[in-house]
Amino acid sequence: MKIESVYFDEEHHLFRETLRAFVEKELKPHADEWEQAGMFPNELFRAFGKLGYLGLRFPVEYGGQGLDYWYTVVLCEELVRCQSLGVGVGLLVQSEMATSVINKYGTPEQKREFLAPAIAGEKIAALGITEPGHGSNVANLRTTARRDGDDWVINGSKTFISNGTRANFITLAARTGGEGARGVSLILVPTDAKGFSVGRALKKMGTHSSDIAELFFQDVRVPVSNLVGEPGRGFAYVMELFQGERLVLASFANGIMQALWEEALNYGRAREVFGLPIVGHQAWRHRLADLLTQMEAARQLTYFACDRLNRTASAQKEVSMAKLYACELVKRVAETVLQLHGGYGYMEEYPVCRFYRDVAAFGIGAGTSEIMREIIAKEAIG
Amino acid sequence: MPYNIVALLKRVPDTESKITLRDNAVVTEGLNFVLDPYGEYGLEKALQLVEQHGGKVTAVLCGPADAKETIRKALAVGADDAVHLSDPAFEGGDAAATARVLAAALKQIPFDLIWSGKQAVDQDNAQVPERVAELLDLPHVNSVIEFTLAADGKTARCVREVDGERDVMTTTLPAIFTAQQGLGELRYPSLKGIMGAKKKPITDWNAAALGLDVAAVGAAGAKFQVIQLEPPPARPPGKIIPGDAQTAAQELARLLHEESKII
Ligand SMILES: Cc1cc2nc3c(=O)[nH]c(=O)nc-3n(C[C@H](O)[C@H](O)[C@H](O)COP(=O)(O)OP(=O)(O)OC[C@H]3O[C@@H](n4cnc5c(N)ncnc54)[C@H](O)[C@@H]3O)c2cc1C
Repeated sequence: MKIESVYFDEEHHLFRETLRAFVEKELKPHADEWEQAGMFPNELFRAFGKLGYLGLRFPVEYGGQGLDYWYTVVLCEELVRCQSLGVGVGLLVQSEMATSVINKYGTPEQKREFLAPAIAGEKIAALGITEPGHGSNVANLRTTARRDGDDWVINGSKTFISNGTRANFITLAARTGGEGARGVSLILVPTDAKGFSVGRALKKMGTHSSDIAELFFQDVRVPVSNLVGEPGRGFAYVMELFQGERLVLASFANGIMQALWEEALNYGRAREVFGLPIVGHQAWRHRLADLLTQMEAARQLTYFACDRLNRTASAQKEVSMAKLYACELVKRVAETVLQLHGGYGYMEEYPVCRFYRDVAAFGIGAGTSEIMREIIAKEAIG
Repeated sequence: MPYNIVALLKRVPDTESKITLRDNAVVTEGLNFVLDPYGEYGLEKALQLVEQHGGKVTAVLCGPADAKETIRKALAVGADDAVHLSDPAFEGGDAAATARVLAAALKQIPFDLIWSGKQAVDQDNAQVPERVAELLDLPHVNSVIEFTLAADGKTARCVREVDGERDVMTTTLPAIFTAQQGLGELRYPSLKGIMGAKKKPITDWNAAALGLDVAAVGAAGAKFQVIQLEPPPARPPGKIIPGDAQTAAQELARLLHEESKII
């Protein structure tokens, strides 16, 4: 289980080993229950906060661990082994997607009020960008925040918001200025503010243990001091900080591929067809050899992107490549491993069945595969 | 009242590792090593006692030079410092030879009590702590599943599980206790613990530092000789008895009686 890499030293190995045991003993036994409930329990945020896993990259001053992205990569690769991807999604929205902007651009007051309690798992965070009318086209979003005295007055709606039914605050993208990317700002919105409401929890194909919701804002007032960084810089912040989010998705994909590989070997060695274990047939041996080769390429590309992100904080192209490649590949791996299981793979009893559903969103969330190609092409071709 | 507690630990291959044998020995290259789980239960108790009463926990491990990584796991979960007993001359020892090394080291370490696993999962000897007790002339209680210290800090009350019964023993301190499953699982190391492990002190002692005669330790001092080491035979495949419940039950009874001779 030790994943050897020039990037990992003893601390990373021990962190992985600890997570592996923790996930196996404390999370996996509950996976079915949480999938059926449509949500993992809120206590998990607190438990993870206590272990220090919600603030891996954040400063010690606010309760974080002050570490680099490698620890996030290891966390993501191991978390998905609980066989309930929603757990990873909910927790990483909290620890990376909704909070990294506060860490980077927030004021000390914002960090005390929002970041520190999120790191401790006492407040649940969500990231509100996608709207019913605008998903990929973030620069065109329609939710508005109008200045009125010392308040922002927010109107509009968001959809597909993970942690949306239970968040204590939303890191919200809203239009504070004119049309286009330069009119967008990020504002921290407590969900107990008047005029905020949560629509239905949306029913989805997979990631059943995480909640996802529509959010409505009707004349919601928050103090002007809740704007993060500078007004009109929201789009730029989102693009910058999505690097972390995309690294998370790529690492989830790598972790799931590893788990799927193990499922394939376990099943393919035990099940005999025409007098040979499945993995004894050359047709499967070659297919699996191809998959393993591509899996390794995905992992190394992700590690390459992580290394660059750690060192330069600017790795748009590399992180987009890792996100694109790993998140597309994981769908093919899931499909192949399901096929290897025959009819059993289609049954809920086998982990591959749930993995197959869960990975369907990998080419969509955190920027679609098409958007990844746009980013890569823009940087590489101009 | 604070206590100095020693936790004796052993490095063993991860039970999930694939074990291969060469020249009557386990091939260690490429193996993933862990702390022996019984030793871990003892370490957990040691950490709890220090949390309650104050004092410090010293992890002591006898093993090859590359066992440092395993020692640091004990430091990551909360041991204050460690002693690494390492010398090429210590290798290949049997329980008696290893106990001699540990006993010599324990003469240099102040302690009020010692925890150890009741056995280690690699060789399942269940001898080393008892031999150490003998060499140091200390009382010992093995297979402990519950443990409390008396208010005066001079005696300990232990519960052992023996053949489904509970055996209660008290002893004066200092003493050696060995941990059985049920005493309590070792905690997970916190991130702070993981990151801080390398900063905690590990003292290295070899045979010379302990004043040990190399003829009395390791392979040279072992009375126990491995003649042959073989992997356990592959398990024969299971059998499915077809037919309706009644015929299948009859056939099962016949097989249990005639073939496996269990009934
Ligand atoms: C499980 C899950 C969790 C999510 N969690 C969150 C969350 O917490 N917060 C949040 O804000 N959002 C969240 N989302 C939303 C997600 O970010 C969006 O679904 C995604 O950005 C795509 O937007 P869209 O669905 O509106 O698709 P659209 O933008 O309408 O895209 C439709 C299709 O057109 C393609 N397309 C778009 N633009 C181009 C182009 N220029 N060239 C070629 N093709 C293009 C897309 O790739 C896609 O295939 C979540 C989504 C899922 C599935």
